[in-house]
Amino acid sequence: MKILVAVKRVIDYNVQVRVKEDGTGVVTDNVKMSTNPPDDNAIEEAVKIKESGKATEVIAVTVGEEKAQETVRKALAVGADRGIHVKAEGVIEPLAVSKILQKIVDKEKPDLVFMGKQAIDDDCNQTGQMLSALLDWPQATFASKIEVKEGKLEVVREIDEGLETIEINTPAIVTCDLRLNEPRYASLPNIMKAKKKPIEQINVSDLGVDITPKIQQLKVEEPPKRKAGIKVSSVAELVQKLKNEAKVI
Amino acid sequence: MGRESMEYDVVIVGGGPSGLSTAIKLKQLNQNLNVCLLEKASEIGAHILSGNVFETRALDELLPDWKKLNSPIKTKVSKEKFLFLGKTKSLSWPTWLLPKVQQNHNNYIISLANLCRWLAEQAEALGVEIFPGFPASEILYNEDGSVKGVATQDMGIDKEGNKKDSFEPGIELLGKVTVFAEGCRGHLGKQLIEKFELSKDKDPQQYGIGFKEIWEIEDKNHEEGMVMHTAGWPLDNNTYGGSFMYHAENKQIFLGYVIGLDYKNPHLSPYDEFQRFKTHPSIKKIIEGGKRISYGARALIEGGLQSLPQMFMPGALLVGCDAGTLNMPKIKGSHTAMKSGMIAAETIIKHIKEKKSLSLYEENFKKSWVYEELHAARNVKPSFSWGLILGIIFTGIDQILFKGKLPFTLKHKHADHETLKPSNKMPKIEYPKYDNVITFDKTSSVYLTGTNHTENQPVHLKLIDPNLPISYTLEKFDEPAQRYCPAGVYEVQKENDQNKFVINSQNCIHCKTCDIKEPSQNITWVTPEGGGGPKYGNM
Repeated sequence: MKILVAVKRVIDYNVQVRVKEDGTGVVTDNVKMSTNPPDDNAIEEAVKIKESGKATEVIAVTVGEEKAQETVRKALAVGADRGIHVKAEGVIEPLAVSKILQKIVDKEKPDLVFMGKQAIDDDCNQTGQMLSALLDWPQATFASKIEVKEGKLEVVREIDEGLETIEINTPAIVTCDLRLNEPRYASLPNIMKAKKKPIEQINVSDLGVDITPKIQQLKVEEPPKRKAGIKVSSVAELVQKLKNEAKVI
Repeated sequence: MGRESMEYDVVIVGGGPSGLSTAIKLKQLNQNLNVCLLEKASEIGAHILSGNVFETRALDELLPDWKKLNSPIKTKVSKEKFLFLGKTKSLSWPTWLLPKVQQNHNNYIISLANLCRWLAEQAEALGVEIFPGFPASEILYNEDGSVKGVATQDMGIDKEGNKKDSFEPGIELLGKVTVFAEGCRGHLGKQLIEKFELSKDKDPQQYGIGFKEIWEIEDKNHEEGMVMHTAGWPLDNNTYGGSFMYHAENKQIFLGYVIGLDYKNPHLSPYDEFQRFKTHPSIKKIIEGGKRISYGARALIEGGLQSLPQMFMPGALLVGCDAGTLNMPKIKGSHTAMKSGMIAAETIIKHIKEKKSLSLYEENFKKSWVYEELHAARNVKPSFSWGLILGIIFTGIDQILFKGKLPFTLKHKHADHETLKPSNKMPKIEYPKYDNVITFDKTSSVYLTGTNHTENQPVHLKLIDPNLPISYTLEKFDEPAQRYCPAGVYEVQKENDQNKFVINSQNCIHCKTCDIKEPSQNITWVTPEGGGGPKYGNM
């Protein structure tokens, strides 16, 4: 069984993101970039399944500029066998990414496709679902537990009401939640070994996918600053403020 | 114990200007050498903080083509100012009356973090193996006592020291020579200096704490290429320090403050002096209407030649500010750090090929322009122990009339942890409230540094005596850690009427000030889990 895992390079979750002054986007120059956190969980799960003997190969794939390769290299350092880097510049929307992944699936014929439930930069939470539709494969989103069975997957999903357990047929798409597992560290010798693992580079134009953005971005701005809290002297004042200022009662 | 080991010709600890220059020079001289470089930050540059007005002398020697290699050195200094600040007034000092070492017209305003990122690219292109996110936490010795290499930190240890599921043991990296390039107060460098008695017969090392903020300011206030320094207010005559303001590209200014850690009043809060400094009319008018986008702090070396330890020992070398090569009157250490690394590389090549002793490093260092610079600079910092005014007068005579060639050398008398006076004998300082426009509290400042440490891990700020902060330091010095720490790591909290010393090690921005200034030397900074600490951008 082959598992394809999609990973994305995003601004590191610890970085204080800053909006560009002209409102065209956020500052990424000299900003620390990392793998999208739930994508790390997706890689970890795939590697675990391989270690348990239920999968034979884990392939990490990313779409993006030259430096996006770093995320694939990191996936290789924690146990993926080989990588694919689809080179593409600029903003690549979820639909374009899923179409690219569809082409990769056609080529690699994996049994499972894993990815993070959403990317922490655009928060779209769409790629997995769109890929599922394009391939007409079953999907399990927000997975916090995955059990591989014969021709099937049992997946526990994090949903608003609690946990939902579903069973789906393979091949399938699974998008992973942060609770799925604790990603391992890349050890120094494994980072060294990862440098020797192959990464296939494909130009997006060679896949015949149109990546022209379909959404026009008008403006990016910072959310309004939270006002400082105040102390009230009595219950009456609190009620008055909730009623007249906050207008919540 | 069961750790894997990897062998290299040279192992370099630290990816700052000195370590990266060592690596580049080594590969230029012999491309077949196996060189690896460890960095504790999550990426090269993320723990680098510096002014920085950059003198290109060392870089011109190391990579003469740097202008063609798309280096991040772009903003040439175009204008200079020096101000003496009174409480509300300021006096501009003509720049022609400044000592030559403080004139900057051939220099560039840069982000040292970005320069390091670029140097790392050059090094990697030459085949240096760079491992960010791997702090060297332990020195390894051969049976004959010489340095064998270093071990990286174990990963995945919980608060109590137990192995988590994610446990990943450290790796031993063995080198024919190990180069320590950790920067000011490196925690392994400190152990080496002690073990090999490298500071024997030297003056105690002197340190400062440097703050830096990046502001995006209004167009009308911005003069790209302008360099301004100030002395005076808010510090008193007996506290050594001053500010810098560098107008960089993209309407940004690098605004900072340095305070000597030999200050005496335990009530002094370096952080709050910096915040207060920004409210001076001549500073406020420049940053008003702008936005603060970055904050950080780091200790720096001020001791100069008198305090410079022996830089070689069996199997290892110290380079840059892990030894202490900063030129204080010049307020620059990047070019000297780089040059020391280059000299180290030349020595290592001879050592490996011709079996020359590593002591050659110091011989060559003494013949270099770094030594010449540091020698001329040596009397400036100690003269300020007589106060700002006498210091300036002496420095004028020493630097302008005698060009640093006075026939005597002033001494540094005390280590910085010895200078605090009891808190009840020193005046309390009332700092103004933060306005959240020009001045900010520590929490919102630390937020800008992107600092994080994996939650469940051992505290990396070790107390030798856990009771001392409350039983002695609080009593005698009003626990100054609450104030000298620029990140609010240390707090004294009341719990059921009992004082409790709290260490919020997750906030630590790796500046090392506590390790230096703690009056009883009770705090030891050790490396946290790899990748922890700040994530500085263009600092």
